[in-house]
Amino acid sequence: MSNLLARYAESIFWLARYVERADNLARVLDVNETFSHDTKGYSNWESILRLYNDSEVFYKSGRHLSADSVIQFYVIDGTNPGSVLSCLRMARENARTLRPLISTEMWTQLNIFYRSLCARKEADLAEPKLNELCRFIKEGCQTHFGITGETLYRDEGWYFYILGTNLERADQTTRLLDVKYEILLPSPSHVGSALDVSQWNALLRSAAGYHAYRRIHPRGVSPDRVAGFLLLEQHFPRSVAACVCQAAETLVKLRALYRLAAGQGSEARLLAFRNRLTMETISAILARGLHEELDWIQRELIVITDSLGNEFFGCGTASSVA
Amino acid sequence: MKINGGKGTAAETESSTPRQCSDFPAGPGIFGHYDPAGYFCEMFGRPGHLATHTSAIVERLGALPLADLRRRYAAAERELLNFGITFTVYSEKGQTDSILPFDVIPRVISALEWRKIETGVEQRVKAINLFLNDVYHRQKIIKDGIIPADLVFTNANYRREMQDFDVPLGSYTQICGVDLVRGDDGEFRVLEDNVRTPSGVSYVIENRHLTRRAFPDLRRHFALRRVSDYGERLIDSLVELAPNGITSPQVVLLSAGTYNSAYFEHVFLAQEVGVPMVEGRDLFVDANHVFMKTINGPQPVHVIYRRIDDACLDPNVFNAESVLGVKGLMSAYQAGNVTLANAVGTGIADDKAIYAYMPQIIRYYLGEEPLLPNVETHVCRDKEGLAYTLAHIKDLVIKPVGASGGYGIIIGPRASHRKLEACRANLRANPQNFISQSLVNLSVCPTLINRRIEPRHVDLRPFVISGRSTWVLPGGLTRVALRKDSLVVNSSQGGGSKDTWVLE
Repeated sequence: MSNLLARYAESIFWLARYVERADNLARVLDVNETFSHDTKGYSNWESILRLYNDSEVFYKSGRHLSADSVIQFYVIDGTNPGSVLSCLRMARENARTLRPLISTEMWTQLNIFYRSLCARKEADLAEPKLNELCRFIKEGCQTHFGITGETLYRDEGWYFYILGTNLERADQTTRLLDVKYEILLPSPSHVGSALDVSQWNALLRSAAGYHAYRRIHPRGVSPDRVAGFLLLEQHFPRSVAACVCQAAETLVKLRALYRLAAGQGSEARLLAFRNRLTMETISAILARGLHEELDWIQRELIVITDSLGNEFFGCGTASSVA
Repeated sequence: MKINGGKGTAAETESSTPRQCSDFPAGPGIFGHYDPAGYFCEMFGRPGHLATHTSAIVERLGALPLADLRRRYAAAERELLNFGITFTVYSEKGQTDSILPFDVIPRVISALEWRKIETGVEQRVKAINLFLNDVYHRQKIIKDGIIPADLVFTNANYRREMQDFDVPLGSYTQICGVDLVRGDDGEFRVLEDNVRTPSGVSYVIENRHLTRRAFPDLRRHFALRRVSDYGERLIDSLVELAPNGITSPQVVLLSAGTYNSAYFEHVFLAQEVGVPMVEGRDLFVDANHVFMKTINGPQPVHVIYRRIDDACLDPNVFNAESVLGVKGLMSAYQAGNVTLANAVGTGIADDKAIYAYMPQIIRYYLGEEPLLPNVETHVCRDKEGLAYTLAHIKDLVIKPVGASGGYGIIIGPRASHRKLEACRANLRANPQNFISQSLVNLSVCPTLINRRIEPRHVDLRPFVISGRSTWVLPGGLTRVALRKDSLVVNSSQGGGSKDTWVLE
């Protein structure tokens, strides 16, 4: 018999998602910085704005496009709900709500992490220091995941945490792939060039997948292989397929272990989604169009999130639980 | 150390010979320049009655270099921030997390003194409970003319819904805090009772953790009464309250949520007690039974340790605007399907006007003299009380009835002429809204202020858990007014806290 409050389940689900989102945002900024150095004059900071559909808000607020302004917007701008700072603030607010449930270590680390990000000055954010900044954010997020794995009591709350992590990660990986694919594909003549290869390598590194990729494909980096790896590679923990499989397994286990009547619809949808992804090939996806496929995956993830919200949290989805 | 011009040492504090204004060596080390400025000092006592129980502690603390003490203080403060042991202050500029400042120098109570306090507050809580039971049943104390009827029935904290309702075990006040102060004579007096939802107990326990980490070398040498079993005592007393026939009750703590300034304490207690912490929106009432909304649907709830006010409990009965409570909770309570701790309507007993009658209440129900006296109090609704207050306003503390948090208090000797005139006008217009008390020169405790050890005024709030039996948490919350000369110890008014040591 489970007595986990629905509100707590929702909070811990979103706690995981916000930290995962902050982690990925740091990865996107980091890899983008690498690209912007390699491609002379290509103002691809704009692509990040497009990636998160933020162009309008960004320009409306009177900002001008520059590396520093985009970085500020996505790192410490508290008015941008999609910034790292906002994500971590939401994560911390959720953690505050969850204080009775989570370990003291989890709370303390998140609290210190958030406070030290708040203490960063604008000067610390300038482009030359971006690398260090992204490393700081990634490390903070990874530490959170590590501490959670080591200290969080593994009852129902834990399952919702894992669900949140994986659904968010799947979504973020599609975004990472989407923007880079767009930048990298337009000139097919580049394919196989030194520049092209270094950019794909950077993309893989941003997803912490470079070495794993090399082990599977020791010879040569190509867009379709990289896309295939990030989308479908079952053994790579950041691939969409791996995340969706993990999410599906988690939900099945959660419902069975705690004999939950709720969640039937979500489970069915998630299993179907997993089945489709595990049987997919990258050539078939590319033939249909990668953009469209990524769009579909993102929409499917939203539907599943809504369904979990309706069936477990009792109030549809609310991405802001502060 | 200087007391009224004299100087004492740790060694000499052993002796209780009255000090003439002769020169004697300064206190050890960092206490060398400490001067309690004529106030009763918790660490050193007063001339003629120098404290002996603290001499070993004074010696060890005194031997620490000031820089070392400051380093330990900084570490403790950092720890509070990292742990997020904070209360949140909301302003236009957004939210800031503030810590309740912690002073590293403990307040020490001897075993003998503690025994007096313990029996005194036990007696008081017993009487309060009998008083509440009487007020909500036969009202003998009113009929016998001890307490004026209108003082009870026109009081905002009297809840007619509780009339003739039998609470489980006849216990109204499972959790109480009794505020004690100590004047120049060194006598403990009750300043205020807190029998609604007293807060601060989490700081008692956290402060002990902080001291343990700040002074691993110091604590070893002294045997202290422990405070760590508060959670177990509390859950035992909550389980006792379960409705009839429920053998393993679901207990929850009802909080106002993350925006409440005491949120940290709610979290702390829920964890110590090991029960789910819920908000009003997590609960609902169906057919007079209370349920919480879980991922697996509704689950029954039997005992609610509520940390929200009566007025917010049930919009059907009390404040209809409040979103903190649960619709139908009162009828479930009255049907006996759920128990609330503390009971509804206890606020009548800690009202400042009723407080003045507490000595009579104790004599009436227990046939005993109060072990802990009240601070001398004048009820301004009485003609004599008002006349006395108006005549002696410059020497009195004027307190609004029904307020808390140290707001609206006028300290006569320290108020400007204009303030006193305004206060006089208020008193004449609405005398029933005020009481006055003689000014207690609160005792002081050596406190680390920047680079010096200075005297700062303190009070003490022991916590009492009662039900089938009564238990007093050894020590309690020592609040300290960190502003120089301030007598107001409330955290909202620049107060901090200290660890309170009760010696074995």
